[in-house]
Amino acid sequence: MKSLKDAYMDALLSLAGTRPDLFFLDAGVGAACGNRFGREYPERCMNVSAAEQNMVLTAAGMALAGRCVYAGAYSSFLVGRAYEQIRSSVALPKLSVHFASFHAGLTAGEEGATRQMLEDISLTRNFPGMAIFMPSDYTSARALLCKAADLEGPSYTRLGRSERPLIYAPGDSSFRVGGGRILREGDQITLCACGIMVKEALKAAEVLDQQDISAEVIDCYCLSPFPARLVLASLQRTGCCATAEEHFLPGGLFEIVAGLAAREYPVPVQPVGVKSGFGQSGSTEDLREYYGLTAAQIVSAAVLAWTMRRR
Amino acid sequence: MDAVLLEELANRAMNVRRDVVSMIGVARSGYVASSLSAADVLVWLYGAVLSIRPEEPLWEGRDRFVFDKASASPALYAVLAERGFFGRDALWGYRRMGSTLQAFADSRRTPGVDASCGSLGMGPGVSFGLAAALRDMEPAARVFCFVGENELSEGAVWEVVTDENARRLGNLTLIVDRNGLRVSGAGESPDPLEGRFKAFSWAVARADGHDMRALDAALASLPSDRARVLIAATTGGKGIPSLERNPSANFLLDRQTTDDLLKELEGGGR
Repeated sequence: MKSLKDAYMDALLSLAGTRPDLFFLDAGVGAACGNRFGREYPERCMNVSAAEQNMVLTAAGMALAGRCVYAGAYSSFLVGRAYEQIRSSVALPKLSVHFASFHAGLTAGEEGATRQMLEDISLTRNFPGMAIFMPSDYTSARALLCKAADLEGPSYTRLGRSERPLIYAPGDSSFRVGGGRILREGDQITLCACGIMVKEALKAAEVLDQQDISAEVIDCYCLSPFPARLVLASLQRTGCCATAEEHFLPGGLFEIVAGLAAREYPVPVQPVGVKSGFGQSGSTEDLREYYGLTAAQIVSAAVLAWTMRRR
Repeated sequence: MDAVLLEELANRAMNVRRDVVSMIGVARSGYVASSLSAADVLVWLYGAVLSIRPEEPLWEGRDRFVFDKASASPALYAVLAERGFFGRDALWGYRRMGSTLQAFADSRRTPGVDASCGSLGMGPGVSFGLAAALRDMEPAARVFCFVGENELSEGAVWEVVTDENARRLGNLTLIVDRNGLRVSGAGESPDPLEGRFKAFSWAVARADGHDMRALDAALASLPSDRARVLIAATTGGKGIPSLERNPSANFLLDRQTTDDLLKELEGGGR
């Protein structure tokens, strides 16, 4: 079990040595400045405290001066409060600013509804030219955060709060912008998942296997640009799909996959995501049960899509 | 500032005012009064303050100028054309589709524009980042940010002013076009705006924004060990008496109004 906050700090530490142009900003999260990174590179990081608009604008200014900037903040306040700063000062001029979004989704748990950002992908995906990552574990998060440094435009990486099991072997770095990964091959249904739901999709595939439905599981860690060809090829093999995301249904993975299918290869697509409004305080496990973000829900959605497929 | 330069800059300012009214007249929309209150400060900055190379707009050692008073973009464009960043012909394409001169200055389209504007009050934050990143350069590049009163209503500006890292940046100067069109208290003495900056340890100076010698002296009086603010007291519509009296009537210009304003400018602008 490892946290994605550690992946962020470790990615920064591994980048700092080779990239003297990198700079790290922190809006009171303590993800870079207050820990080991800040002690080793005090001149390369700055904490502007809880002033997200200021952090985004400062990052834009530094990028205009030729720096590659990483900026970390709590998801709601970064994407919500500073949305227009991201839009006008970073996305529009396509600056190399890489946002790390903490406490997003139900993993914010006891912190409650204001912190449980469930619409961040919907909002950030609309920015032309911004890469959007939702990694499932420490290994992929660290690798994607390192890849971001080579991008010519901005990126947004959703990092949740809780510790997570490893999906990928430590050191695996074969993740790319616009990529996804087939974690389990199957030919009767495609399960597209991202973030914490990847682990659930793998569990669901085991259950489906016992019912003689062979499921292919794809980790859609890059939501923009979306790995369309990889997913499309799978839909053409299986003829039906279920999606699973820790996000509201509008604007998230479900709509990406359903839109892709509608345009290119119409097949039934059934969603698992947060459907019943804003969250509330509680343990992440309780919230996931209550809001239906479980392997059992993925099995139900998969069976429904499977029965709807054309034969 | 010597008398020859002063005379030269006064001539440039007159040309800039003429271009501003003509551009907005041709485009049929734009903010005349706001552009005219800013004209002298911009001519002074580009003529006597900023270290820049118009033939090499992205020269690394240049001072950065973050223009945040979006409504005065025509004045910036006229000054940039006057300094040779691009040909004057471009001015007549202002606000037209495909133009290098958008309604509000866009760094990706217009040579000489270091940061885009249009969304009010983002310039000071961007300037903070620029100044922090450029502080250690040799020679240290300075960052100047130009804001109007509308911009100062935005909360994001005050996140910068209160930031303890920002206030230590001696290479960061905020210039306020204080024309009294929006913010209450502009006519009060002492100006409450000065106290707001001083309360957060910024160095503050004040000058008549249409007197370049006074602007020069005020800038020179500011210490360089912390972030600085120069409040330029200006008049909306400066140079055109009817606009000075009623600066809010200035967005849409028909041909007759444009001609009338130009005549007034020639008659009483100096």
